Amino acid sequence: MTLLVTILAAVALIDGAVAATPQPSCDVPQSFLSSDYELTHAASEVKTRQHLTISVIGTGSSSLPGPDGVRFAYPAQLEQALQKDLPGITVKVTAHVAPRATTAEMAKGLEQILADDKPSLVIWQAGTADAISSVDQEEFHSSLDEGVSTIQNAGADVILMNMQYSPRTEAMMDVTNYADVMRFVAQQHSALLFDRLGIMRNWNDSGAFDLYTATKNYDMARRVHECIGRALAAQIIGTSHLDAMKMQTTR
Amino acid sequence: MRHCFAYGDIRQRMNMVAGLQIAGSGTPAVARPAPAAERDLRLDLFRGIALWLIFLDHIPENILNWFTIRNYGFSDATEIFIFISGYTAAFVYGRAMRERGFLVASARILRRAWQIYVAHIFLFTIFMAEIAYVAATFDNPLYAEEMRILDFLKQPDVTIFEALILKFKPVNMDVLPLYIILLLLFPPVLFVLIRQPAFALAGSALVYVLTWSFDFNLPAYPNGVWFFNPFAWQLLFVFGAWCALGGAQRLSAVLHSRTTLAVAICYMVFAFAITLTWYVEPLNRFVPSWLSEWMYPIDKTNLDVLRFAHFLALAAVTVRFVSRDWQGLKSPILRPAIVCGQHSLEIFCLGVFLAFAGQFIISEYSGGPLIQVAISVAGILIMIATANLISWYKVIEGRSPSARVKQPDADLAGGEA
Repeated sequence: MTLLVTILAAVALIDGAVAATPQPSCDVPQSFLSSDYELTHAASEVKTRQHLTISVIGTGSSSLPGPDGVRFAYPAQLEQALQKDLPGITVKVTAHVAPRATTAEMAKGLEQILADDKPSLVIWQAGTADAISSVDQEEFHSSLDEGVSTIQNAGADVILMNMQYSPRTEAMMDVTNYADVMRFVAQQHSALLFDRLGIMRNWNDSGAFDLYTATKNYDMARRVHECIGRALAAQIIGTSHLDAMKMQTTR
Repeated sequence: MRHCFAYGDIRQRMNMVAGLQIAGSGTPAVARPAPAAERDLRLDLFRGIALWLIFLDHIPENILNWFTIRNYGFSDATEIFIFISGYTAAFVYGRAMRERGFLVASARILRRAWQIYVAHIFLFTIFMAEIAYVAATFDNPLYAEEMRILDFLKQPDVTIFEALILKFKPVNMDVLPLYIILLLLFPPVLFVLIRQPAFALAGSALVYVLTWSFDFNLPAYPNGVWFFNPFAWQLLFVFGAWCALGGAQRLSAVLHSRTTLAVAICYMVFAFAITLTWYVEPLNRFVPSWLSEWMYPIDKTNLDVLRFAHFLALAAVTVRFVSRDWQGLKSPILRPAIVCGQHSLEIFCLGVFLAFAGQFIISEYSGGPLIQVAISVAGILIMIATANLISWYKVIEGRSPSARVKQPDADLAGGEA
């Protein structure tokens, strides 16, 4: 009995020690988040209506598998982070996840989403499904190009989000060419790019996450999404110049 | 990154014609004693170096990638390879066509295409083994979407069939299929090149222009088109062949003019500056929007004119500063690259395999920069050792230049152009 108690106590101690160890930071270097372009529509919605309405459009990697995947995925995390940083502002993030949709397919649904959500900012995550089914890059380019125009013409800002950094499957699909197209389209439209690929590679290199890990556990996946949500929130606040508002309201 | 490879060894073939001028002799090579009794080692040297660069570029996580030429301009090792391959193909098979006729030369070209096809399928098998291993051992809910790339394992019948007809090409395995197509079409092209070189080159340029106008390409599986569009890339191959069959000599006045040098250097500086803006984001603001509108995207699939021009500039500067009788070509320091360049099919395939293996090691052991450098260096050393081993085989089989006995069909047994 004593032995058992000792063991339990020891386990509890070790457990406590592990829990106390600070998780490595998933901070993102400012260079990934700053941009020459601004989110003017989002900023004006916040300032004039005290609302921030965001639509996320994406494929499988904009969610997590499992019944409560959506709750832990980055769109929900983004909403939480923005809500925390912008007190007094009603933040609404609506995610439209079509797991296997190519960019062309997502582009077809844009008008409906814009009409339903009336967002001032659209985060469009794309590229992965296209790389998997090796969609012709010119076709990918034109779908993305037209889609971004559609969103901008509807009076919303755009953030294009590229693919996840996935070292284990890197040899099997060529994501960099698609990522280059996305960077190019963003630049052409003065839209923002959320470089998820670069950011996650940075986390892997800095040791924040070991993205080579094979696991059935959801912990790491959830934490990665939480960090993506926070980084996105930081990018949105920085590029719509809401830092001042953040300071004001939290003071 | 993408790459390419070139033809195999032409050493023994070239040695048989030692004494005949290699580059730029527009006249039939028969019995023309040349001032230079040595082969043009520059071809082997640059092909060897390109093979190393291709290997480095194929390991995605590799800090040594920063040293490969694609980071310093528009073109990369692929252009060097396709050009040199066209050059050597025309040199070797052009001679065969003149001496033994269209039928024999075509038969040899097609057999070479077959060898490359077999090599490609061999690499595909290794790739499938790696994929199957990852599918069996890797799982992470974070990558539920990305893991769908492995879905094709569920349909091995379709996948393997599509690979056999060259429609399904895994990442970094696009160059050998491009080669096969270029060689399959080469006999008639060579026939015309020998008789009417200017006409052949103009025809090639016309196909290139039409490709850009009408978007010709071959279909790929499961979607899209070939990553290296053969109808576009043939221009570089035919241009190389044209240079080998006298074009280089015709160009020599242009190549030696100061204006050419100045233009080439200016263009290379421009390309370098633009490339820099891809990596140093803040520099982007210095690129005027009319320029990026006009310039981007720089299309690798269809061999963008900017890439082709960049290769020409590189070639012009290289030819200007590295002459074919440069003593450095005989130095032991450059010997390893030259030997690799002389066995390019074997070394190319080995490089693709080593890149797979290297990447596998990096992902299994989460390799840092030190491991990446170690793997890169080890890979290049293995390539050099293998190239020397192949040369040694040729010696013991009496196919090497040092073997006195000349076998009539020596070049048929091993590497050709």
